[in-house]
Amino acid sequence: MLWLILTLTFFLLRAAPGGPFDQERELPPEVEQLVAQKYQLDQPLHQQYANYLKSVLSGDLGPSFQYADHSVNQLIGLSLPVSLQIGFCALIFSLFCGLLLGIIAASYADRWPDLVAMIVAVIGISTPNFVIARLLILWLAVHWQWLPVAGWQGGDWPYLVLPVIALSFPYIAAIARLVRGALLEVLQQPFVRTAQAKGLTRTEVVFKHALQPALLPVVSYLGPAAVGLMTGSVVIEQIFGIPGMGRYFVQGALNRDYTLVLGVVLVMGLMMLLFNLLVDLLYRYLDPRVKGT
Amino acid sequence: MTETIQQPLLSINNLCVEFRTQQGVTQAVDDLSFEIKHGQTVGLVGESGSGKSVTALSILRLIQEPPGCIPAGQIVFEGQDLLQLPEKQLRKIRGNDISMVFQEPMTSLNPVFRVGYQIAEVLRLHKKLSKKKAWQRATELLDLVGIPDPQKRVRFYPHELSGGQKQRVMIAMAIACEPKLLICDEPTTALDVTIQKQVLALLQRLQQELSMSMLFITHDLGVIADLADEVVVMYRSRKVEQATTAEIFSHAKHPYSQGLLACRPKLHDNPKRLLTVADFMSESGEARQPSAEQLQPQIKSDKSHNPVLLEVNNLKTYFPIRSGLFGRVKAHVKAVDDVSFTVRKGETLGLVGESGCGKTTLGRTILNLQPASSGQVLFDGVDVFAQTAANMRQLRSRMQIIFQDPFATLNPRMTIGHAIMEPLSIHHAAVGKQQNWQRVAELIEQVGLNPDILNRYPHEFSGGQRQRIAIARALAVNPEFIVCDESVSALDVSVQAQVLNLLLDLQEQHGLTYIFISHDLSVVNFIADRVGVMNQGKIVELNTAEEIYRNPQKPYTQKLLDAIPKGF
Repeated sequence: MLWLILTLTFFLLRAAPGGPFDQERELPPEVEQLVAQKYQLDQPLHQQYANYLKSVLSGDLGPSFQYADHSVNQLIGLSLPVSLQIGFCALIFSLFCGLLLGIIAASYADRWPDLVAMIVAVIGISTPNFVIARLLILWLAVHWQWLPVAGWQGGDWPYLVLPVIALSFPYIAAIARLVRGALLEVLQQPFVRTAQAKGLTRTEVVFKHALQPALLPVVSYLGPAAVGLMTGSVVIEQIFGIPGMGRYFVQGALNRDYTLVLGVVLVMGLMMLLFNLLVDLLYRYLDPRVKGT
Repeated sequence: MTETIQQPLLSINNLCVEFRTQQGVTQAVDDLSFEIKHGQTVGLVGESGSGKSVTALSILRLIQEPPGCIPAGQIVFEGQDLLQLPEKQLRKIRGNDISMVFQEPMTSLNPVFRVGYQIAEVLRLHKKLSKKKAWQRATELLDLVGIPDPQKRVRFYPHELSGGQKQRVMIAMAIACEPKLLICDEPTTALDVTIQKQVLALLQRLQQELSMSMLFITHDLGVIADLADEVVVMYRSRKVEQATTAEIFSHAKHPYSQGLLACRPKLHDNPKRLLTVADFMSESGEARQPSAEQLQPQIKSDKSHNPVLLEVNNLKTYFPIRSGLFGRVKAHVKAVDDVSFTVRKGETLGLVGESGCGKTTLGRTILNLQPASSGQVLFDGVDVFAQTAANMRQLRSRMQIIFQDPFATLNPRMTIGHAIMEPLSIHHAAVGKQQNWQRVAELIEQVGLNPDILNRYPHEFSGGQRQRIAIARALAVNPEFIVCDESVSALDVSVQAQVLNLLLDLQEQHGLTYIFISHDLSVVNFIADRVGVMNQGKIVELNTAEEIYRNPQKPYTQKLLDAIPKGF
């Protein structure tokens, strides 16, 4: 699977016009040839592909074309932990808020708390996150000066808060809507009536009997969401000046920095597989019916 | 002491329940009163929508509010009006003093918890048992309700149990705290007749052992004949009759009760057409008597010299059981195992057997809706399995199927008219739209519905009406042969009688040939000329309907016969 992703990306990149060292001012042909030789770009494509695969298998993602003194391994090694840290915090935060909003909305279906929660959700989904990020900075950092405007400082928590909130917003909204829909459906099920007939309180019925089956759609959504959160968002990283992985991806693609893009794609693919595996395992735990198949 | 015993355990006084929606107010229960004494079993009988389930749910205030609303009435349980009780005290009664068994065992248990946990939960809540003790008690309860190997099954999830076992778990859960009143809402309707009999016997035994009172809700008077001391009959949200069970069965007073009693097919002396409620009561509720013509005994004409329409030879349908990493076939489920029979023109062949005996698969294989593993099906001399796709399509217009659940088989976003039109536009496109629509209107009239309904959607109809629509759709292409797969099993007995009569009328008018699949021998006996009894993929006995019930040869046939509720 990973090999397939890697191969496709490799040839797609090469199919795109331009090269890593194309600049507005033409280089002298000798220099160009030297550079090409250094990065083995003068060899036939299949040879390059074979070489690249070989080095990936031995754990070396190759040198970066753009950042001359760094290997791709180093660049990812520096930026991945940052993205992971923000992504993980954002995941926990959006899960917590999403669940809370969703449960409130479903418990007060068609009454004002439901309306408020769903308006928040619609705003969250439809507002671009750079708008939310700027608004957060404006209020919390500039106006009230509670938190730093931007920066990273090795991941100190005050620097984390704003990007995490801005990053989570659309995910909170999506999870809240999923939870509300699933919970409303489960609450119509006969087994919820059975639970009520046992003499359980309304809260017990919702949290013990209805919530677990209602979590299933959220769990399936969580896999792709986790990858999206943890591989970094270019916009958020740019606004808050965070040295995450997202910007390498976009810059790498623009600069035709083949090895860097491939490296980032490889990491994303790996995480995608990992999280989907986790989701499947979680699914099994939550829904015993899945087992036999 | 005597005073408390004489006081009823539960008395419902002038109960009214309404559902208030945007379309208006629906009166679900209208001025209902009755009592349940200590140790007594009361049967609450009526058809779907008569308000009986709403009554049961109101007792524990389990109806959804809104749209539900109880504007008037009292429900007095041991001196307390349950309708006025604060939520907190009501919860102490729910599951403890009054508990309920619901109709759908498949969906009434939470799919993500072990059954032991679900039973233990009630005990921990009301009896304050420790986790360990409650679990132990849950195991004992499973044993009490007759689940084999309870030590093992207590750790099962609901989907790992059969329908009958699930209903036993529901019962175990309901009796866990030894309630004073057990409310059973159609507890056996979703089950096979043989399982129904076991569950009824279990309820009867438990009632005596625990000396509890019972409110038993059903649409089928036959079910409660042995169980109830007293019967309350509900019709259109009102109580129409209340009497002891013996009185109801010997001389019911209200025409609706008389109709309910008459519409159930009996093993002996069936009339030519089953009597329905409409034979005893006009639309406006006036009593009338069924005409002598309707009471004529059923005489099945001899069809053994008719030409053969369908011939099934050594038919086998196996489903592979795959396992391991590469899904290697380890074994086969023999759903249909070497079955041979013939059906003659104009004849009805009944197929009976319990769930999982292969009768549905057999029906589907004959129509080539399910590939056969080996064997041959000849329809009017044509080998059904050896047809090209185009020929098969043509053949399909001559053979149709009517399923059990008309709601699931009608597209909810298609109007009734379009649903019936669809097969016509496939098979009779050349005829022209105008004429086809006329045909649709004719069909809908033939099945006893008004053509005005053609642009309505399936959800606007009752179960019986939907089944009529499904029949009209099957008839659209003028088939000669129809497989009815449990076509009346999901219907109330009173509606079932109407649909059975309709099927017989249509057979007479169009010379149809049926294969009628059902788990209920009394229904099959009424409609079929010959009956095949199926067990584990094989036809164990095949004979005329009369011989099957008069003189059953196989113990399995006898078992099916015994399972039919008596009470008549």
